[in-house]
Amino acid sequence: MSTTETTESRSRGKAPAGERVADWADGRLGIYSLAKANMRKIFPDHWSFMLGEVALYSFLIIILTGVYLTLFFHPSMNEVEYHGSYVPLQGQLMSEAFSSTLHISFDVRGGLLIRQIHHWAALIFLAAMFVHMMRVFFTGAFRKPREVNWLFGFLLFVLGMFTGFTGYSLPDDLLSGTGVRFMEGAVLSVPIVGTYLSFFLFGGEFPGTDFVARFYSIHILLLPGIMLGLVVAHLILVFYHKHTQFAGPGKTNKNVVGMPLLPVYMAKAGGFFFLVFGVIAALSAIAQINPIWAMGPYRPDMVSTGAQPDWYMGFSEGLIRFMPGWEVNFWGHTLVLGVFIPLMIFPLVLVAIAVYPFIEAWITGDKREHHILDRPRNAPTRTAFGVAWMSLYLLLLVGGGNDLWATHFHLSINAVTWFVRIGFFVLPVLAFIITKRICLGLQRRDKDKVLHGRESGIIKRLPHGEFIEIHEPLSQDALHTLTAHEQYKPLEIGPTVDENGVERKVKGSEKLRAKLSKAYFDEDGQIPKPTVEEYKEITSGHGHH
Amino acid sequence: MSSQDIPEENLPAEQDATVAVADEKHPFADPGLPPHEHRIQDIDERAAKRSERTVALLFTASMLATVGFIASFVTIPHDKSIFVFPIGHLNALNFALGLTLGGALFCIGAGAVHWARTLMSDVEVADERHPIEASPEVKAKVMADFKQGAKESALGRRKLIRNTMFGALALFPLSGVVLLRDLGPLPGTKLRHTLWSKGKLLVNMNTNEPLRPSDVAVGSLTFAKPEGLEEHDHEFQTEIAKAALMIVRLQPADIKDKRELEWSHEGIVAYSKICTHVGCPISLYEQQTHHALCPCHQSTFDLADGARVIFGPAGHALPQLRIGVNDEGYLEALGDFEEPVGPAFWERG
Repeated sequence: MSTTETTESRSRGKAPAGERVADWADGRLGIYSLAKANMRKIFPDHWSFMLGEVALYSFLIIILTGVYLTLFFHPSMNEVEYHGSYVPLQGQLMSEAFSSTLHISFDVRGGLLIRQIHHWAALIFLAAMFVHMMRVFFTGAFRKPREVNWLFGFLLFVLGMFTGFTGYSLPDDLLSGTGVRFMEGAVLSVPIVGTYLSFFLFGGEFPGTDFVARFYSIHILLLPGIMLGLVVAHLILVFYHKHTQFAGPGKTNKNVVGMPLLPVYMAKAGGFFFLVFGVIAALSAIAQINPIWAMGPYRPDMVSTGAQPDWYMGFSEGLIRFMPGWEVNFWGHTLVLGVFIPLMIFPLVLVAIAVYPFIEAWITGDKREHHILDRPRNAPTRTAFGVAWMSLYLLLLVGGGNDLWATHFHLSINAVTWFVRIGFFVLPVLAFIITKRICLGLQRRDKDKVLHGRESGIIKRLPHGEFIEIHEPLSQDALHTLTAHEQYKPLEIGPTVDENGVERKVKGSEKLRAKLSKAYFDEDGQIPKPTVEEYKEITSGHGHH
Repeated sequence: MSSQDIPEENLPAEQDATVAVADEKHPFADPGLPPHEHRIQDIDERAAKRSERTVALLFTASMLATVGFIASFVTIPHDKSIFVFPIGHLNALNFALGLTLGGALFCIGAGAVHWARTLMSDVEVADERHPIEASPEVKAKVMADFKQGAKESALGRRKLIRNTMFGALALFPLSGVVLLRDLGPLPGTKLRHTLWSKGKLLVNMNTNEPLRPSDVAVGSLTFAKPEGLEEHDHEFQTEIAKAALMIVRLQPADIKDKRELEWSHEGIVAYSKICTHVGCPISLYEQQTHHALCPCHQSTFDLADGARVIFGPAGHALPQLRIGVNDEGYLEALGDFEEPVGPAFWERG
């Protein structure tokens, strides 16, 4: 477009075809207003911001490959005799679900590849969501105004777990059937209604002939439908809130610094989709996953050793394995605590991390918007809580594979189980304390760097023989970045008796909040960042310390 | 001060963003966006050309890989296997399709990212943020509109409409709940009974032959099913999930539990194979210690002592099946299990 005059004088028919299509669409959809706000939208750059992208792209890959798989998969538990091209199983009885999975793997060209891409992408999807969630947690990106988006993301993670579980149960193979049996046993443990739930879920007694068809509709329609909606909402909110950024020169809470969507992020993010897809496809070419033919069809009276769920279900496996087998019998009823307690801790573990943003917001009482990310060290208590949570999660993963730990490292399985039992209570506390100490140490180091400069590594000998190391003052950029974080003051309740000696009512919740605020923000909770006065005193003529 | 309010002075002050130059008073002031540093491609056209060729090469490689994908699909038989070091034997078609597809996709991605990183402008720009929450004027307008709308609906005034509407909306989902009733039958006493009954022969799971006491050697673990239950039966899976049996022979002198001894035959004891934890089939047996181990969650049962739990998450002992020998010398059940097999449930008692 050269000048305004030529644009105006051009008759309607002469505009380029692309522009005419865009005009047509704008007249009906208003795309120009949409593009005005978003086409050159600025996104900040940081490697950790791509973790969510990995999750998004693997989700798309799962949908694409999943649609392909539905073209060949028969979600039916009718028993059939196998006559396909996998010789070792010929003549064996199996469900149609299992035999159609064999068909996909051995008789459909490329079917095995798509199956393996689907499964690998699912593992990576959950892993990416997990790591992305941790990134958001440790940098405080969940703070206002993003709490709702944090919950959307959390829901996606939980739904992803169940979509994965219902998905890998579909082939009706020996391994996944064992997992379904475990789930049935867990449902049975629910007081009062457990037996009924199990009968309604399986259409009668386990395994029955219904669950594959039911899991199928849950796996391909119900859960992914909800997830797709949540993903769209999640992305809309990311656009609407504009992305967070780390502190740095020129970056404030009121701006967003980075490069525009068109062209840089179109190319980078679009290209990244292909990178993720390419890596997963190559992985599926060389790394076999879920070889159901080696496990054979499901039989409730058969099992293989070393049975493991997919990794994201591993922590529930750990819960069920380390729990002692408590059972209480009374008045003709059984309370299956040994299974029911793990079943209840399972959601509690997840909810603990999900509600954290709201607890922190309550403690700080901060109602302002936050767009500058925290470095994890600058929020020691939050970071310590996150690491404690992760240590619990990882411990449960270890517990879920206690047999593998025992066999691979020649340990006693009883010892591994007892380690998990004790560690469940001890490890998070230890992790909390250690992490907090490390964060405070790093804060002190930052403070030191601001006040005394960077260690240059140059040793100088003074005339009287003393050796000193020369510290170089930090650049303006670094000084600003290291002091940009905000620090709260601990909340004081104040005197409970006023000057007239009248007692003031202080609510229990307020006392609790003051206590927590103190733990977060007093001198044991954070290292006060260097003040201008401290800096001036040290830099004004005294030289180095 | 309400309980939810925090005094302003507790909140940290915002960084003073207006001071862009560090001076005596503001040593930590924001120096502003650093000047843009040129990449080699920005100043050297030859470097830019090199980048262009790299990107084009990657896109061309992708095209070739796609051709390779189609060629592999057409030419490689789907049952051919190849040895790939160090992975081992792989399905050739899967290997070729996966690598060519992966290559085609990866090259597109690598090309696009390289293009973005080396040739597209990398000048950082700042965009303003605006508060998410609405201005007081907007809020006032919305509240007024809402009040107006609520008033015009007369919902607050005409209580009869309101109450019946809530009633209708609250009731209709019940239809949906009722519809779920036929998802499955009621449990009844189904979980209490198995196919076992008096006189049913114990049939070896592997050979499909009825078992004689002489077939069960000391130290071996034998799996059995009730006579008459065949793999082709429609209910096979559901029935075997309850009836699966695990038979071991112990020295009668080793049996510590009195009832176990009574229900055994010449030291042969029959226990439910289904773990009382969450229902995995128990399949590991250690003959020296008479311990049976569930491979799923490691519940360990002492088969010489009423199959009581000695380790792991299971809550109670494995149910024992009372067995004897019939006139023809075959092992037979002397009744059903006396307690439900498999995982515990509320009505188990």
